[in-house]
Amino acid sequence: MAREAPPLVLQSPTLRWIEHRLPIIGFGYQHLVAYQTPRNLNYWWNFGSLAGICLMLQIVTGIVLAMHYTPHVAHAFDSVEHIMRDVNWGWFLRYAHANGASMFFIVVYIHIFRGLYYGSYKAPRELLWMLGVVILLLMMATAFMGYVLPWGQMSFWGATVITNLFSAIPLFGESIVTWLWGGFTVDNPTLNRFFSLHYLLPFVIVAVVFLHLVALHTHGSNNPVGIDLGKKDKIPFHPYYTVKDMFGLAVFMIVFAAFVFFAPNVLGHPDNYIPANPLVTPPHIVPEWYFLPFYAILRAITFDILWIIPAKLGGVIAMFASIGVLFLLPWLDTSRVRSARYRPIYRIFFWLLVIDCFVLGYVGSQPPEGWLPTIGLVATLWYFAHFLIVLPILGKLERPLPVPESLSSPVLGRGMAAAPAE
Amino acid sequence: MPASRLGLLVLGLALAVVPFPARAAVEAEPPVRESWPHQGIFGTFDRAALQRGFQVYKEVCSACHGTKYLAFRNLTALGYTEDEVKAIAAEYTVMDGPNDQGEMFERPARPSDRKPSPYPNEQAARAANNGAYPPDLSLIVKARAGGENYIYSLLIGYEEPPAGVTVPDGMHYNKYFPGHFIGMPPILQPDGVTYADGTKATVAQQARDVTQFLAWLAEPRLEDRKRTGIKAMLFLIVLTGLLYAYKRRVWADVH
Ligand code: HEC
Ligand code: HEM
Repeated sequence: MAREAPPLVLQSPTLRWIEHRLPIIGFGYQHLVAYQTPRNLNYWWNFGSLAGICLMLQIVTGIVLAMHYTPHVAHAFDSVEHIMRDVNWGWFLRYAHANGASMFFIVVYIHIFRGLYYGSYKAPRELLWMLGVVILLLMMATAFMGYVLPWGQMSFWGATVITNLFSAIPLFGESIVTWLWGGFTVDNPTLNRFFSLHYLLPFVIVAVVFLHLVALHTHGSNNPVGIDLGKKDKIPFHPYYTVKDMFGLAVFMIVFAAFVFFAPNVLGHPDNYIPANPLVTPPHIVPEWYFLPFYAILRAITFDILWIIPAKLGGVIAMFASIGVLFLLPWLDTSRVRSARYRPIYRIFFWLLVIDCFVLGYVGSQPPEGWLPTIGLVATLWYFAHFLIVLPILGKLERPLPVPESLSSPVLGRGMAAAPAE
Repeated sequence: MPASRLGLLVLGLALAVVPFPARAAVEAEPPVRESWPHQGIFGTFDRAALQRGFQVYKEVCSACHGTKYLAFRNLTALGYTEDEVKAIAAEYTVMDGPNDQGEMFERPARPSDRKPSPYPNEQAARAANNGAYPPDLSLIVKARAGGENYIYSLLIGYEEPPAGVTVPDGMHYNKYFPGHFIGMPPILQPDGVTYADGTKATVAQQARDVTQFLAWLAEPRLEDRKRTGIKAMLFLIVLTGLLYAYKRRVWADVH
């Protein structure tokens, strides 16, 4: 059942003239229409294109917001309220941008866990995966700085707590923090540079996304079965996946709209409707929900490690390492089978990791009291153990189920029945 | 294992748990749960309640609290006519200028002016209130966990302190306030205001009305937002259905 898009034929002489000099139409055709895609991708594969759309939506709403926003400590909060009250459709832009950031993270987290489940990080897709991790880091920086812009209490105190982390760096810590702040506290220079960078970084993300796609189109998408597919198991991107992605987008938009129109503040924190006040510390400083697992890892290290690494530095290292370890993942997972569908034991560990991340998120949202710090520490240890101990060993010990040769080859193992997904 | 099913379940649970980080309100009682006309997908403000609430705010709260995002012109949204708004504005004087002589001068407020604050600055506000600062109320409903329910509870939550608890000088005991000791006196009194529409001004009635007014002030575009939301939803649901049908057709020969 091999299917291929017909070769591009340009009827219009003008288009042919352009194409001869700047082959941009053919490029688009090759990558958006003819691009050969596995025919068995399930709906978890929708989240990549959704992430791209989220990025575009953030950029569009953000640029219009920036036309009305004032990056000055005396005016930032007022300018956001001006957007909410007086600018035509300002409330919509602002709620779409603030909730859009949350949606972007949900989508990207699902996209990442999809990759973990189906082994999409394995050869030859290591660089594709690593570029994805770079995008995640850039997104986190962008969202963190964006959250500072409305200059509410959580903006200010979140910025203070997070920038202060750099003071844990031995020797140069304090100078680095002063340099980041552009002064001796989080103040106007900080707000100004955060605005500048918040405007810049999304475009850097666009560039990395482009590289991500170049890498993707070099070897094509992985698929739920996790094997390299021959021509007969592939179909052209258009119309199959264009229409499927459009359908997925519409479903996503329903969820997104539900937040924007009916619950625009549930994902936010009430304290951010109080103007920033350097003299009043909120009782509990919590980051946005999408940072909570990392915040829990940061706070999990409450003791000096081996007498040489102070607790604070330990926490900072652990937090950055929790993302750093993702860069090494392609080499930590020693199994040659990609898809968890044929790895019964890995599948269990995968779900344990998912649960572990939710536990971390919960611990991060709570004040560190009672049993919670202990639970946070155990969950942190488990997070690292999953990547550093379980995956290397499991790949050697686990006996995978028989993997089929192609999608249409006779059934070799279970999981085949489910292969041609919609 | 139906991986996709389990994944959705976990995601759902996460969405249910994660967004509500419990902010342990230092031994304060959880606020009472009231129902509000502007709640829910189809909720709209009750104009009569908003006008009564504005009256309570104007006659009681505004002695101590500012509302810096309230311009008189915004009051037309409560159902007042342009002339009524003009008359309300004219009750206040605002500073304007400089004039041709370079001097600042006072004049009656116009609808385009913002309502003046009771105190010139935070220090003056604290000095007049035993050191406590009456916060600006423009956004208060969105700036407190519990929203309307908390504001309403706070206003009706004054009571005698339990035996053995001594309330510091200039403070008052309120069971819903974090820490219980609040610098704001129990300010609402039965019949403290006389409602033009004849509604009986119990403390609870005034508290409900002023809370609704403050909810409007915190989110004046709420009705716009929901109305747009309903249209957007209907459109998206139809679009989703059509795209699904179309997707099935396109994919028919692959399955
Ligand atoms: C006599 C002056 C005064 C009047 C009149 C007054 N308040 Fe207050 N209010 C205060 C002070 C002072 C505080 C700060 C209390 C504190 O922080 O201990 C306050 C705090 C508040 C708070 C914030 C509580 C919190 O959670 O931080 C709300 C809400 C509030 N007032 C609502 C009202 C409303 C509504 C009215 C009118 C019905 C009103 N106030 C009338 C003095 C006043
Ligand atoms: C990766 C894409 C982006 C993410 C994840 C992101 C995230 C955020 C977040 C979380 C906020 C705080 C919202 C709030 O609580 O009010 C914010 C605010 C803001 N962002 Fe972005 N943003 C992105 C792209 C952009 C772009 C491209 C611009 C263009 C200039 C922009 C302009 C603004 C402005 C002006 C604000 C302040 C207004 C406000 O707080 O609503 N953003 N952003």
